[in-house]
Amino acid sequence: MSAIHLHYEVSGDDFTRAGEASGSVKKRLKSLGFDPDAIRRVAIAMYEAEINMVIHAEGGYCDVDIYPDKVEILLADKGPGIPDVDKAMQEGFSTAPDNVRNLGFGAGMGLPNIKKYTDEMRIETTIGVGTNLYLTVNVNNN
Amino acid sequence: MTVKELIEKLDLKILVEDDLGREVNDCYIGDLLSWVMGRAPEDSAWLTVMGNINSIAVATLADVSCIILVENAALDEEAKNKAEMHGVNILQSEENSYSLAVKISGLI
Repeated sequence: MSAIHLHYEVSGDDFTRAGEASGSVKKRLKSLGFDPDAIRRVAIAMYEAEINMVIHAEGGYCDVDIYPDKVEILLADKGPGIPDVDKAMQEGFSTAPDNVRNLGFGAGMGLPNIKKYTDEMRIETTIGVGTNLYLTVNVNNN
Repeated sequence: MTVKELIEKLDLKILVEDDLGREVNDCYIGDLLSWVMGRAPEDSAWLTVMGNINSIAVATLADVSCIILVENAALDEEAKNKAEMHGVNILQSEENSYSLAVKISGLI
């Protein structure tokens, strides 16, 4: 199986559409017969990242490459960048506004959750330019 | 225990019906969506007061058997449509999370 490439636009400030990319990737992986645990990890990490883009960065795009033994995801935005990545990685630290908290987000769990569910995570961020988040989930398809 | 049996035993109101034959093997309580998404077990009954559109995405991604809106928490229209589209069972109870979870514990 060669790599399958998927591309999604993530629209900013639209919570109703967040989850479309992760939901679509989940379906695709399911139809390809991937291990359910790997599917769950990919879907959760992607959804958290999508939500982050909607809350903080007015959207962006997402590229997904599916290999037999791993899924690689790039989430890129032209948002404000992350001033202190170490702080952003702490559970409970959040800069999300109140309206987002009322929806059940903004608990400071986004990036920690993404790290928890992926095997590799790399953040490239530049203030005023944007953030690229590279994720890899290894797949054990037995 | 299936979702259907749970509905009958606990006298739950059906707000969105999909596959009521799904198994319920566990129960999870939480309203912070990121927290729930990372921790709710698959095939569990998820007890929450969050009836917005993002709850549906979380339920789908975490693959829970059903959402139970406790204390008659409301399901908004947008969320209802999305739940129908994505096939998520949504139920409602007048009881609070604690008393409902105690009952579920005796059933599953």
